[in-house]
Amino acid sequence: MATKTGSRAAPKKTVLVTGAAGSLAKRVIARLHGQYNVIAVDFRRKVETDAGIPSYLVELHKRGFEDIFASHKVDAVIHIGRIFAHEKTRQQRYNANVLGCKRLLDLCRKYKVGQVIIHSTYYVYGASAYNPALIDEDAPLKASEVTQDLVDSVELESLANIYLWKHPELNITILRPCNVLGPGVRNTMSILLSRSLVPVLIGFSPLMQFLHVDDMTDAMIAAFEQNKPGIYNVAPDDYVPYQEAVAQCGCRKLPVLSIPPSLPKLVASVLNWNAFFPPYLVNYFKYPVILDGRLFRETFSWRPRRNLNDIFTYYRKQKLSAS
Amino acid sequence: MFSLGSLDVKQRIAAKLVTADIEALVASIPKPVGSFGYDPWGYNEDTFKLALGAAKRLYDHYFRVTAHGLENIPSTGRVLIVGNHSGQLPMDGVLVGVAAATNPHGPRLARAMIERFFPTVPWLGNFLNALGGVIGDPVNCSKMLDMDEAIIVYPEGIRGSGKLYRKRYQLQRFGNGFMHLAMNHHAPIVPVGIVGCEETMPAVINLAPIARLLGLPYLPIVPSLLPLPARVYLNFGKPMHFSPAASEAEVTEQVETVKTELRRLMQIGLDERTSLY
Repeated sequence: MATKTGSRAAPKKTVLVTGAAGSLAKRVIARLHGQYNVIAVDFRRKVETDAGIPSYLVELHKRGFEDIFASHKVDAVIHIGRIFAHEKTRQQRYNANVLGCKRLLDLCRKYKVGQVIIHSTYYVYGASAYNPALIDEDAPLKASEVTQDLVDSVELESLANIYLWKHPELNITILRPCNVLGPGVRNTMSILLSRSLVPVLIGFSPLMQFLHVDDMTDAMIAAFEQNKPGIYNVAPDDYVPYQEAVAQCGCRKLPVLSIPPSLPKLVASVLNWNAFFPPYLVNYFKYPVILDGRLFRETFSWRPRRNLNDIFTYYRKQKLSAS
Repeated sequence: MFSLGSLDVKQRIAAKLVTADIEALVASIPKPVGSFGYDPWGYNEDTFKLALGAAKRLYDHYFRVTAHGLENIPSTGRVLIVGNHSGQLPMDGVLVGVAAATNPHGPRLARAMIERFFPTVPWLGNFLNALGGVIGDPVNCSKMLDMDEAIIVYPEGIRGSGKLYRKRYQLQRFGNGFMHLAMNHHAPIVPVGIVGCEETMPAVINLAPIARLLGLPYLPIVPSLLPLPARVYLNFGKPMHFSPAASEAEVTEQVETVKTELRRLMQIGLDERTSLY
C-alpha cells in the first residue's frame, strides 16, 4: 500500500495527472500538491499551475508525450483527460481516447510506473429499458449497443481491463463514476443543468445518481493512496429522477416528444444540442443506469460528504445570480 | 396556468385518497429510501401512498377481498410471495400488494415483477416503478432479496395471466427461476392461492396474431375492458423453506411441491366462495 508521506528520508512520489485543465483534475492536483511531486498534462492548453508543478501541453498519442516520462521518474499516473463527443470527430476521439490510453499504458510499462488510475464513466453500461438497477462492476458493457459514439469509452475500458489483468505490476484501478457535478465541471450533465431551459423526454424521468466533484476528488485520492487495483463503480446510495433534478437545479423544462424513439434523437441533432443533450445520450435521459457503488465505498471506506441538495443548490444559485 | 390547475386537482385527489390510515400504514412500512424519497428501483413513497389509497378502495369495495393467513407473511426479512396468475390485467398483483401493505400483522411493501416492455411506454414505466414494480430481471430479484425485500412472483408469467376462461384455476407451466432465487438467497416462499381474479376478465379467445403485430404478449376478447367486480379470495399458506438442490430435476420437484400447495390453497378459496360477483 502506498503511504501518505512516508518517512522523512523517503523521496516524494511523482504523480502525472492528465486532463489537467478540467475541474476534477485541477482539484486532484491541488490535493496532491505538497505531499507529492505533481506533473500536469493536458491536450487542450498548457495549464497554469502553482510553483513547482511542471505543466505540459501534449497529446497522449503524439510522440512528445514520451519525453515527459524520460525526463521525470513517474511513479503513478492518474488518467482523467478525455475528449468528449461534442469536442471532436469520432475518429479524432478514438485516436485520442483509445490509442492515447494504449500509448499511456505502454509508456507506463516501459518506464516502470507502479500505479495507474483510470477515470472511466457509467455511460459504458449503456442505458437500456432492460437494465436492472444497482448494476455492479461485472455487468456487461452495453454502451456500444446504444450508440457508436460511445464505442471509444467502451474500448478504452476494455483496453485498460486487458492491461489490468496482463500487467498486474501497473496496479491499474478503473473508476466508473456516476454523473459528476459541481463548480467548474464541463461535462454534458453539468452543462445541461447550468442552462435555464433543458430538454426532458415526455413521459420519461429516469432515476439518476449524482456526485459532487469534491467527493469524486476524494474518491480519486483514496483510490490513489490506498492502491487496491480493480474496477469500481463510484456512486452514492441516493437516487433522484432526472426531471426532479432538473426542477431542483432551477431549470425550466422543454418537453420533447419521446415517441417514436428516433424523434428525440432527430430533434437533438437538428437543433445541435451536442454539448448538453447529444443525440447519442438520449437514451440516458430515458432509461436509468443505476450503479451499485458498495464495492468502492466499502473497499476504500469512502462516503460522499455532499448530498443531492448541496449539489443542486450550486446550479440553483448560479441561475439566481445570473438573473 | 395549466400546471397550477393540474397541481390543484392532484392535491385534492391526493387529500381524498391518502387517508390518515394510509399515511400511518406507509410510515410503518420498513423501507429505506433516499433523500428525495426514492429507492434504487424508482419506488417513491408519495406515489405509493396515492396508489395504495386508490387500490385499497377497490380492494374493500369493488373486489370485496377476503384474505386469510396474512400472519404467514413475515413482517421483516426477505420473502417471495408466489401465487397463481390470472385475469389478463395484473389485478391479482395489485390485490396481493394491497393485502401485504395493509397487513395487520406487519405491513410490507411487496414488489411486483413487471413486463419487460413496460419501461418503454411513456409514463407507465416510471409510474409502475414508483409503486415498487421492477422488471423481472434475476439481478433485480437477487439484489432485492439481499436487501430483505418482499417480492411477488407469478412463475406462470403471461402463460397464466393470458390464459382463456375455460382453463381457469388450472396452473400453467411454472418457470424454475423463483425456486433458484429462494434457494440461493435462503428466502422463504409464502404461497398464495388467488380465487376470483379469473372472473374479473374472462377471456373467450386470444387474438394472438394481432397481439404479435402490436408487440403485445396477448390480446384477448373480453366482455368488458374494465375488470368485472368479482369477489376475490386470497389464501396465504405457511412459509415454505427450500435447501439448495443438487440438480435441475430436483429443483423442478421442489417447484411441484409449491404447485401442489397452491392448488390446495386455491381449492380453499373456491370452496368458501358462495357467489362469483
